[in-house]
Amino acid sequence: MIIKNGTVYDPINDIDGEKMDICLKDGRIVEEAEGKEIDASGLVVMPGGVEIHTHVSGSKVNSARSLRPEDHRKDVVPKTDITRSGVGYTVPNTFVTGYRYARLGYTTMMEAAQAPLGAKHTHEELNDIPILDKGVFTVMANNHFILKYANDEPEKLKNYVAWLLKASKGYAVKLVNPGGVENWKWGGNVDSLDDNVENYNVTPREVIASLARANDELGLPHPIHLHCNNLGKAGNKETLVETAGMFAESLGSPGNSETTVEVGESAKNRVHLTHVQFNAYGGDSFANLSSGAEDVADVVNKNENISCDLGQVIFDDVTTMTSDGPWQHRLYKLSGKKWNNHDVEMEAGSGIVPYTFRSNNPANAVQWTIGLEVALLVEDPWRVYPTTDHPNAGPFYHYPKMFAWLMNKDLRDEVIENGPSSASSRSGLGSIDREYSLYEIAIATRAGPAKRLGLKNKGHIGVGADADIAIYDFDEDNIEESFSRAKYVIKDGEIVVKDGKVVKDTRGKTICADVQGEVTDEMRDEFSKYYTVKMDNYPVNDSYVPREELIKCG
Amino acid sequence: MILKENVTCMFCGCLCDDLKVEVENGEIMDVKNACVNGRSRILNHNRERVENPKVRKDGELVDVSFDEAIQKAVNIIDDSKFPLIYGLSSTEVDAQRKAVELAERIGGTIDNTASFCHGPSILAIQSSGAQEATLGEIRNRADLLVFWGCNPVESHMRHPPRYSVTPEGMYISGRSDREIVNVDVRETTTSKMSDKFVKVDPGKDYELFSAMRAYLKGFDVGDAAGVSSNEIEELVEKMKNCNFGVIFFGLGLTLSSGIYVNIEGALDLVRDLNDHTKFAINPMRGHFNVTGANAVMSWTTGYPFGVNFSRGYPVYGPGEYTAMDVLVRKECDSVVVLASDPGAHFPASASSHLKDVPTVLIDPKKNATTHFADVVLPPAAAGIETGGTAYRMDGVPLELDKLVESDLPSDREILDRIIQKVEV
Repeated sequence: MIIKNGTVYDPINDIDGEKMDICLKDGRIVEEAEGKEIDASGLVVMPGGVEIHTHVSGSKVNSARSLRPEDHRKDVVPKTDITRSGVGYTVPNTFVTGYRYARLGYTTMMEAAQAPLGAKHTHEELNDIPILDKGVFTVMANNHFILKYANDEPEKLKNYVAWLLKASKGYAVKLVNPGGVENWKWGGNVDSLDDNVENYNVTPREVIASLARANDELGLPHPIHLHCNNLGKAGNKETLVETAGMFAESLGSPGNSETTVEVGESAKNRVHLTHVQFNAYGGDSFANLSSGAEDVADVVNKNENISCDLGQVIFDDVTTMTSDGPWQHRLYKLSGKKWNNHDVEMEAGSGIVPYTFRSNNPANAVQWTIGLEVALLVEDPWRVYPTTDHPNAGPFYHYPKMFAWLMNKDLRDEVIENGPSSASSRSGLGSIDREYSLYEIAIATRAGPAKRLGLKNKGHIGVGADADIAIYDFDEDNIEESFSRAKYVIKDGEIVVKDGKVVKDTRGKTICADVQGEVTDEMRDEFSKYYTVKMDNYPVNDSYVPREELIKCG
Repeated sequence: MILKENVTCMFCGCLCDDLKVEVENGEIMDVKNACVNGRSRILNHNRERVENPKVRKDGELVDVSFDEAIQKAVNIIDDSKFPLIYGLSSTEVDAQRKAVELAERIGGTIDNTASFCHGPSILAIQSSGAQEATLGEIRNRADLLVFWGCNPVESHMRHPPRYSVTPEGMYISGRSDREIVNVDVRETTTSKMSDKFVKVDPGKDYELFSAMRAYLKGFDVGDAAGVSSNEIEELVEKMKNCNFGVIFFGLGLTLSSGIYVNIEGALDLVRDLNDHTKFAINPMRGHFNVTGANAVMSWTTGYPFGVNFSRGYPVYGPGEYTAMDVLVRKECDSVVVLASDPGAHFPASASSHLKDVPTVLIDPKKNATTHFADVVLPPAAAGIETGGTAYRMDGVPLELDKLVESDLPSDREILDRIIQKVEV
């Protein structure tokens, strides 16, 4: 297949709006090809979108589906000759999830959280998400063995992280409110990086530092993916800045262990700070909540080893769902909505609360400004990725709206002018003139996340890359519409979307990290004592990943 | 002789995964670690089996080829304007996925056995939310366990020794560290192993939950539901002051007068207890993979049970599209039963309609529904002759084992063959 005469934006290969042909063969980009031609004259050609953080599969997402019939019935999707049926809205079924991401031009996505005990469930659902390639992050920061090894057993920790990632067929190491979720199992939480995690004599700071070191020493493709402590609380920008500050210098070694592998003076560990909007609040209550975007952008700007995604608020219904059980309880107390909690033995927890972000609510209006402000204040688009933390701050279908706000100041000002005064008095968004170019959009939604995830065949359309391509009929006066329905989407070299409609229902790959760890006697002993499943029944077998792609580490 | 270890049991929602099964010459010789229910289920898997596909001709079920039986099933579905697919809970996840695909393809109604057991619990959760914990979390931490309207000593026999009452946990040394309360309308074997039995008047569970919640909120309460105010206060104080409490509830709550409202009472109480301490509430699910049936229907349709596809998209309708209601109102004009026995479990007002309309049964064993069936398609037994996934009562997924070979096709293969042939 040849895509002819398109205007190509391929930042990894330094191509900024050049007219050129792209050739595909056997699911890859090649130098020359024959066969079908797509006339892309006047169209924008980009690599397929790469979603770095979304909640679309697994036990917590599925509980939310079951919890919210009232959410689905306003958004029904009939079957067609080609596609399965389903429902939206904030928690769509698996089929609709895949089709709608594909229509936006996304071809790869990362499910942002799974408890390893539920990993088989996550993968069964991922297999029912059509078209896209997908991976999943495994939560670790409240896991018994991690908490136990974090202080002074770095080699055991590293081995366990590798084993757990492999056992859960995960792609990256996820940290959610380190230590706080374990304390929540007794009804508590942590308030700071130096709080104690009950029964473990370890602090969130130590858990974060040790996992960052283990992650990087294993050479995992993605940095630790961190949902910071104190998420959702007024004034929590201090926690985020303090957490980021840990990464401004080498984390060094834990000191009290002789087995530690020294990290060189100059070597700094990497971190990805996720959905920073929820962790960028000034003020001391929701009544005077203010934007902490400048502080957040500042730490990202100053440290090349730090990246972030937004968690941009959309004024709409959402379903908040995180592994952060205590935060979800807090949100239930604030909102009075129905509340699910699910604690998972030895390793994790989760909560769900429906919510609505309202444009006339002063706190919500400030929250809306923060994501955009961060995206515009971070100078390097390679390290800031637009997400809505779907479906926490908004359904992913609204991404085109978010791109439009990033690309057009007038559209932002319109929201600020029509909203409560808090959006201008407690946020600097209105004073920012910057507008993203198409090239920068291509970086922030494709090239950047692919690079940060360590996916060498994704996020670009140079020779050898996966033939995952999005083609848009771009109109700068109608940005939202342009990105809402791709003209063409090509996945693995096949046309799957044409004129905004899914024309082929395919199954993508599951992307897993290629790591190995060993089962130690200590692990086996404690596992048999404290888990209610047999250790031999715990790992996810290959039958759960019919199209597995292993990504090398190191 | 081959010894298979860490085998997952496929009797009840406990899904104990520590069974040892001895297999010799393709036959199961012995099962260790299982309760009598699980052991009997596995050892006797060959009893009462349907060996050949059957089609009813001149009133008699006669042996036919799979091709003929599947074609007959397809004809029944094609001729039907309101097909109902029901069951799902005693088979594995891939078969459940195929059942949904069939329902979607034919524009049918699909429901699983939850509508007849914990469907009311799901309705209540959709209203109030729920705080659940995996069984290991409870084993490791819970110092107060309340069994309400359930009798695990007889229904989920290894639940007390393996997950809840007697085992050692991380912060609990054993039975002596746990206080066990049983609330029910009469004493049962579970009451006998409990520290305290509270007798509630039949049909008054919601009243008791309301009184308890009122006391929790600081109101004076009198006697309620046959329970004295002293007992109510004592019970709530226990719940408030434990470190980690849990209510396990069963069909005594979900199917007694009040149905889902009972569960809302329980959920609201537990939610409010979380202002004071850590408290969870877990349903005691019955069929080994009924939790999986709810999970699969949720991720494929958005809804956990009672779904109709006649408009080309899933529509949820408890009471409207739930199997028993559809049968009692005599709305469906054909039924496909998968891995279930409504002929035995449904009241006569519902099961009589099975006799009146063409019924296809996909189940390994002869059962009461076989007598009504016009087509019988015998599959290999899930969890014994085929593998797959099942979801434990607390949502934990476990892989089922293929212990012995079978010449019969699996549930998912049978369904797939029907899907390939039915008119769209």
